This record gives sequence, C-alpha cells and structure tokens, in this order.
Amino acid sequence: MTADQILFFIFGGISLIGAIAVISFRHPIYSALSLIVTFFSQAGLFVLLGAHFVAAVQVIVYAGAIMVLFLFVIMLLNLGTLSAKGVMTGKLKGIAIVLGILFAAQGIYIAANVFKDTEVGSPEAIERAAALADNPIETYDIGVLLFRDYLLPFEVTSLILLAALIGVIVLVKRENRVEN
Amino acid sequence: MALQYYLILSALLFTIGVIGVLVRRNAIIIFMCIELMLNAANLAFVAISRNLGTAEGQLFVFFVMAVAAAEVAIGLAIIVSVFKHRETINVDEVNSLKG
Repeated sequence: MTADQILFFIFGGISLIGAIAVISFRHPIYSALSLIVTFFSQAGLFVLLGAHFVAAVQVIVYAGAIMVLFLFVIMLLNLGTLSAKGVMTGKLKGIAIVLGILFAAQGIYIAANVFKDTEVGSPEAIERAAALADNPIETYDIGVLLFRDYLLPFEVTSLILLAALIGVIVLVKRENRVEN
Repeated sequence: MALQYYLILSALLFTIGVIGVLVRRNAIIIFMCIELMLNAANLAFVAISRNLGTAEGQLFVFFVMAVAAAEVAIGLAIIVSVFKHRETINVDEVNSLKG
C-alpha cells in the first residue's frame, strides 16, 4: 500500500465514523462537533485529490462559518434539554435503517460499476489522474475558469446569497412584529 | 487511489445523511445531515474532476458551498422562529401545515 492509500483509508474511516456519530449522539452539540471532525477529514481527502484550494475553503467555510452558526443556534435555543425524544423509535426506525442499507448497496454498486466503461473510469483517465499528481489543478486555474467561463453562474450565486440575506431579515422582522 | 473508492465513500456518507434525516426528529440534526449529503456530493465532484483532469468539478464545489451556506442561514432562521412560537423543534410536533 502506498502512502496515498493509507491516508485515504485513515481520512475516509474518520469521516465515516464522524458521520455515524452525527446521527447517533443524543445531544446536538456532540453531533455538531462530530460533524466538524467529518468536515476536517474530508478536507484531508480533498488534499489527497490534489484540490488544495477546495480543502482550504472546506475548512474555512464549513468547519468555520457554517458550524459556528449551528453551534450558535444550538446554544441560543439551549436544545440539550429537549433532545431526549429526538430519535424515531421502534418499527419506523427499523424500516428507515433497512431502507438506508438498501440505498447504500445501490450507491456502492453504481459507484463501483457505472464509470468503468465511460471516459471517467477509463485507463486513460486514470493515467491522466496520475499525471495530475505532478501538475495539480491550481487556484489560478480555478480563478480563470470562475471569472471567465463561469461568470454568469458566479453572479447568480451572489443573487442566491442576497436572497438568503433578505429572507433571514424578513423572517426575523416578522417575528418581532407579531410579538409587539 | 482509484476513482471507485472515492465514489463508494461518497455514497456511504450520503447514505448516512439519508438515514439521519429519516431517523432523527430534531430539526437541527436533520440540517446537519443535509450538510453531510452536500459534502458527499462535493467529494464525488472533486474525485471525478481529478479523473477528468479539469477544474470544473472543483468549481461546482464552490457553488454547492454557496448554496449550502444560504440554506443553513435560512433554515436556522426558520428553526429559531419556529422555536419561538412552539417551544420545540421536534419535526413530529411541528405539523400545523399537515392537511
């Protein structure tokens, strides 16, 4: 096994354990902290894939901004005391887990087979990926692509963020008016 | 490391997110599971982008992240306002839209 493979299994294992911990812990704060572990190990996987800028953004945006938002709301609402009955029980839970295992089996089957005969999974693509290890996609390439070929989607993204901003303000404002 | 391993890991992470949404009744944890699913999709994007040798896959990860940030902000605002009204965020108890 090469170092890449060992690191893949380490990071992949940690992210799977973190993900399972997210849905197993009763207390939302423990779930949020497990989610941060998952995000960090996924950043490690991005580094293994040669996507260094994506890894940095993953840590800054996901593990930084989004998780702080989650933790802030959990602590603001003081949810620890309310989460005792936060888990589906009995027959429904069994059905959900059986369906989930079926879904995972489908996903694994598709992931393992569907790309074999296409361009992505072809031997040339694997050679290309190996060549990329010496010549990775740099932030410069992403920037050129983002601000030249994908300028319109980029601007539309800013509209999404603006809509979210206005939406949050409206949600909070209406709340105040009802209370008054 | 072959593409298939990354895609299988991505599928497993996505499935854990789906199971979380089905099993957990706490709205905040359901949101975290949605983040897990978006991240699994990001992993598949980056893995396929590397095998194609293009940067487009990495680009779409940024779009997904922007959408995720917007979704989290709106979702948490809704959760906070629901909590102010109902004193609960258990999705089984917040069912006044049910016909």
